[in-house]
Amino acid sequence: MTTLTKPEGAPVPTSSDPFLSVRDLNVRFSTEGGIVKAVNGLSFELERGKTLGIVGESGSGKSVTNLSILGLHAPETTTVEGEIWVDGQDVTDLSRKELEGLRGNKIAMIFQDALTALSPYYTVGRQIAEPYRKHTGASKSEARARAIEMLGKVGIPDPKNRVDDYPHQFSGGMRQRAMIAMSLVCNPSLLIADEPTTALDVTVQAQILDLLKDLQQEFGSAIILITHDLGVVANTADDILVMYAGRAVERGTTREVLKSPQHPYTWGLLSSMPGLTGDVDEPLRPIPGSPPSLLNPPSGCPFHPRCEFVDLVGGDRCSGERPALPAGRGSACHLTAEQKRQVFIEKIQPRLG
Amino acid sequence: MSENKTTTAVTDKAAPAEGRPLLEVKGLTKHFPIYGGFPFKRQVGAVQAVDGVTLDVFPGESLGLVGESGCGKSTTGRMLTRLLEPTGGTITYDGRDITHAGRKELAPIRSEIQMIFQDPYASLNPRQTVGKIISGPMEINGINPPGGREARVRELLETVGLNPEHYNRFPHEFSGGQRQRIGVARALALEPKLIIADEPVSALDVSIQAQVVNLLQELQRERGIAFVFIAHDLSIVRHFSQRVAVMYLGKVVEIADRDTLYEGPRHPYTHALLSAVPETDIDAQKRERIRLVGDVPSPIMPPSGCRFRTRCWKAQDKCATEEPPLVQISGNKPGHLTACHFPEDPTTAAADRKEDVVMDPALQALEKDVKHA
Repeated sequence: MTTLTKPEGAPVPTSSDPFLSVRDLNVRFSTEGGIVKAVNGLSFELERGKTLGIVGESGSGKSVTNLSILGLHAPETTTVEGEIWVDGQDVTDLSRKELEGLRGNKIAMIFQDALTALSPYYTVGRQIAEPYRKHTGASKSEARARAIEMLGKVGIPDPKNRVDDYPHQFSGGMRQRAMIAMSLVCNPSLLIADEPTTALDVTVQAQILDLLKDLQQEFGSAIILITHDLGVVANTADDILVMYAGRAVERGTTREVLKSPQHPYTWGLLSSMPGLTGDVDEPLRPIPGSPPSLLNPPSGCPFHPRCEFVDLVGGDRCSGERPALPAGRGSACHLTAEQKRQVFIEKIQPRLG
Repeated sequence: MSENKTTTAVTDKAAPAEGRPLLEVKGLTKHFPIYGGFPFKRQVGAVQAVDGVTLDVFPGESLGLVGESGCGKSTTGRMLTRLLEPTGGTITYDGRDITHAGRKELAPIRSEIQMIFQDPYASLNPRQTVGKIISGPMEINGINPPGGREARVRELLETVGLNPEHYNRFPHEFSGGQRQRIGVARALALEPKLIIADEPVSALDVSIQAQVVNLLQELQRERGIAFVFIAHDLSIVRHFSQRVAVMYLGKVVEIADRDTLYEGPRHPYTHALLSAVPETDIDAQKRERIRLVGDVPSPIMPPSGCRFRTRCWKAQDKCATEEPPLVQISGNKPGHLTACHFPEDPTTAAADRKEDVVMDPALQALEKDVKHA
């Protein structure tokens, strides 16, 4: 082990390192219109049993990041650079076969739309049993018993009979529960939940989020929760990573990001969402403009065309020089720490009410 | 103070006790037939999408209509614009009964009631230019504004925050938020008195949603257009509407002015909905925690009596046999109607409830394990 040498700044993780470590990830798609820079220089870490919320709008690269952890991108048109260490193993180097051994076993995924993620052709029970049989070598009847157990655990009533139902016989919330059962069937150490509740109604969303939280305590999985809704991560995640235009712009614990956010984009997100309390006569403060095209992202800080604090930085630093995201708590913005604090207290906090 | 309030009730939009409503809806019902059988198809059942909805919309006010998918809020909206023919009940617009009005009778009213649709990608014809789309309603209604239609369209584009130069562009050249603005401009083209907005922002990104909500709110205030704002997002409805109606399985279960509904709801379902909204303020005063079981039942065979009883923690025998009427129950302010036999206390704070309501068996089991451990 000690003879292995790596370029500096990227030491080989040892057992004390975090369970998941993404380092300087770059994902590019080649399309007819040019090269889409979907993820740029993204690094983050996640410890066992913790939940990381990745927040961003559509096209911010949050889903692509997680598809590349599982190697689910189209290999012909996608280039993935950087390292993704899962439990001391760099998954970007793995062959298809080795990846198959990880998927559904050590790493599992919950998709947004359960109706398209489940096959209409097989019964729910068979789809839950399949990864269990493949990864543990269990017999058909053992796997079926396990599927029934899992369905019961996620709250499907009468699991003994419902195990033979097809996905179309389930309601939306039940399908999402079945998918959670499928993802947890092999006790994965990492669970990636990509907008798991976006297609659901609010009362069902609350059930599913609580269920995920309770199941995590029982199974001890690390969870990456991808969402566009800061409210969803507020009560579920330990840490938050805010993404914009394929880059991480702010990182910190949930309390830090929601209570003392530092990046103008996070400020914008927070003040553009109405809450259940607060002044209703005050107009919302939307972020002006719209998200940039990833074919041709803005120079310098990707947020500068929509940012209202460019003048505070002065010069053309924002459009010329890209701010770096420090390790640990921090934000990728040229404003000084003092400026960030001052602007947040004076201008942003009053808006949040 | 209270005397003052009663005299200013007309201007106070929250409780429009006086004045004639612009739109009166009574017992509105829509059942979609289900056909089956062979060889002769006959009706074997009906999807009871909307079942006896009664509402009033007053001039210049914004009425929010919230509920989960399948509760009939969109069907109600489509009946109000008469895109769907009601099965029963009456719709009275400005004193005229339009429930079953024909094409000719509706023609003069169509221009006064407009609609904004949810999906800005599906509701604009991709083969027409923006100019054509927005001038369409004027053409159909034979309206020739002074200065010509084109000038009017350019003016409208400017009103909704788009560049008037984009007159000749096609919808695909615009982003989602911009497309929704085109839809708003089209709805405004005939200077309507009432706009039915069916989930106008739910297809948009968070940062864009606020832009469109602000635009609609500005238009509503400046032009005095009455809105029926249909949405599933309770925070946005709260921001936009002075009065809010909550629907569940084709029925209105509670209706009240904004502050009453959000701070002192009485119907258990309203409590459950409010408690499920994820909030970003992690230090906010704790709201009660209510977790229902399962999903909304099928509107083909809705539960007898109170339709919410199958998921309600307060349900008793009476709820199955007797349907609760939508009335001002004791303890409610005027204008606050609740359809419940056993209403909740008008508070949403966690401190006022002894125990969390957790109906979901999986959550119950898991949480019991955690407590024991």
